[in-house]
Amino acid sequence: MMKLIRPFLLPHRLVLLGLFVALVIWCIFSLRWDWLPKYLPLAMQGLWRTIWLLVVSSVLGFLLAVPLGLAQAVGPWYLSAPARVFCTLIRGTPLLLQIWLLYYGLGSVFPQIDGIRDSALWPYLRQAWPYALLALTLSFAGYEGEVMRGAFSGVNRGQLEAAQSFGMPRFTIFRRVWLPQAVRNVLPTLGGETILQLKATPLVATITVVEIFAVSSRVRQDTFVIYEPLLLLALVYMVIAGIIALGFRWLESRVPTHRPGA
Amino acid sequence: MEWVLNALGLAKSAELLSLSPPGWGMNLLRGLSKSLQIAIGAFGFGLVIGLFGAYGKLYGGPVIRDLLAIYTTVVRAVPELVLILILYFVGTDLINQAAEALGYGRVEISGVAAGIWVLGVVQGAYSTEILRGAILAVPQGQIEAARAFGMPPVMLMRRVTIPAMMSFAIPGLANLWLIATKDTALLAVVGFSELTLETRQAASSTRAYFTFFLAAGALYLIVTLLSGVFFQRLERWARRGQPSIRGASR
Repeated sequence: MMKLIRPFLLPHRLVLLGLFVALVIWCIFSLRWDWLPKYLPLAMQGLWRTIWLLVVSSVLGFLLAVPLGLAQAVGPWYLSAPARVFCTLIRGTPLLLQIWLLYYGLGSVFPQIDGIRDSALWPYLRQAWPYALLALTLSFAGYEGEVMRGAFSGVNRGQLEAAQSFGMPRFTIFRRVWLPQAVRNVLPTLGGETILQLKATPLVATITVVEIFAVSSRVRQDTFVIYEPLLLLALVYMVIAGIIALGFRWLESRVPTHRPGA
Repeated sequence: MEWVLNALGLAKSAELLSLSPPGWGMNLLRGLSKSLQIAIGAFGFGLVIGLFGAYGKLYGGPVIRDLLAIYTTVVRAVPELVLILILYFVGTDLINQAAEALGYGRVEISGVAAGIWVLGVVQGAYSTEILRGAILAVPQGQIEAARAFGMPPVMLMRRVTIPAMMSFAIPGLANLWLIATKDTALLAVVGFSELTLETRQAASSTRAYFTFFLAAGALYLIVTLLSGVFFQRLERWARRGQPSIRGASR
């Protein structure tokens, strides 16, 4: 416990902390917070949607990134070339443009297809969140495909050869040796990328998905209170980012490492 | 040329994208030039902040170091979109208050200047970290040698630290430049008519969503790919005279 507190006991940090506490108290008492109780249920709903989008798109995106990375690292040209083109396209254009392309583009094409209005999918295709989820997933897959390419080619060849000489089937080698080591090596990168993904989620507010950023915009439009919702929003994102960072640090501490010097 | 377009069924798209008035090509190009202006300005502004920030983090006093740590942590944890809104409102508020105090009326702020200010502050945090890492990678002996020759600090920075750290900083800065070009799209949300917003306007008034969004995507992609080539050359230039890291085998 002392170890955690000690860095904060330096004199200049005490002064900074005091200033910070004073700032927080000033914020609480002299800014307007009377809108908060009214919008709290909506904000909670928005927060849940942000986290849901983040988790689902990251997990799905990662599942897509594994074959993308594998194809680029060891695949034959007819698999690696499309994978590379996909990653370049995703990484080379703004996410906002991708979201708008999917939502407005696909959204304007679907109603023209005969019979789609009667299909079971139509209730979903009419809403905005499937497009948001699709865009976020593809974006995460594009960035992570590049990360996984490096991860897969970074695994020591000797490890794979040892597994082969034990007579492991190819899929077992992949599942037991190749994938775990690749993921272990890029775990810190993945943590950073997940925070980047969190920072990408507010973009879906532009296509009418009501997540936490959209809630703050609505407060601003309804009540003309400008700074308070934005400051609270920034705080919320910082807390989520902190939780992600701590979570990945915990994951890293759970993974056994045998690196030289470690 | 024309029959190829007709054969592919793209005649209508070509008409929509043509540069003369019935087509919207000129609007897209105007948006692109604004996007590039903002990206270049923000990248440059960010580099200036980053250089001071890196020096502050490495050689500054404890208070400056802590403040810079707060700046880089906060900016990297909060979504750019939120920062853009906060900085945009703070910037316009401050300028208007200053203008009123000086006796002028409310000032209209140019979109390009606001974009540069907003994205520059965001970029500054990232380039602080990149430049700090690059300066740390410069062999300490080179800096000490320059000090021993009695070089004043600014000359040391100009003649030794910056040239020596360039090769370490350029890959990170190249990435940052790509982020800058793509982050200009976020300014569409605050209503600057840069490439993405121009595209959306063109798309929604002609209902040709795919044509315009794909065209804009192609423009962004061209910028990305060209900058990739440019930065590769720049890196090779910055590495001139250094032994290859890849070893003697190549």
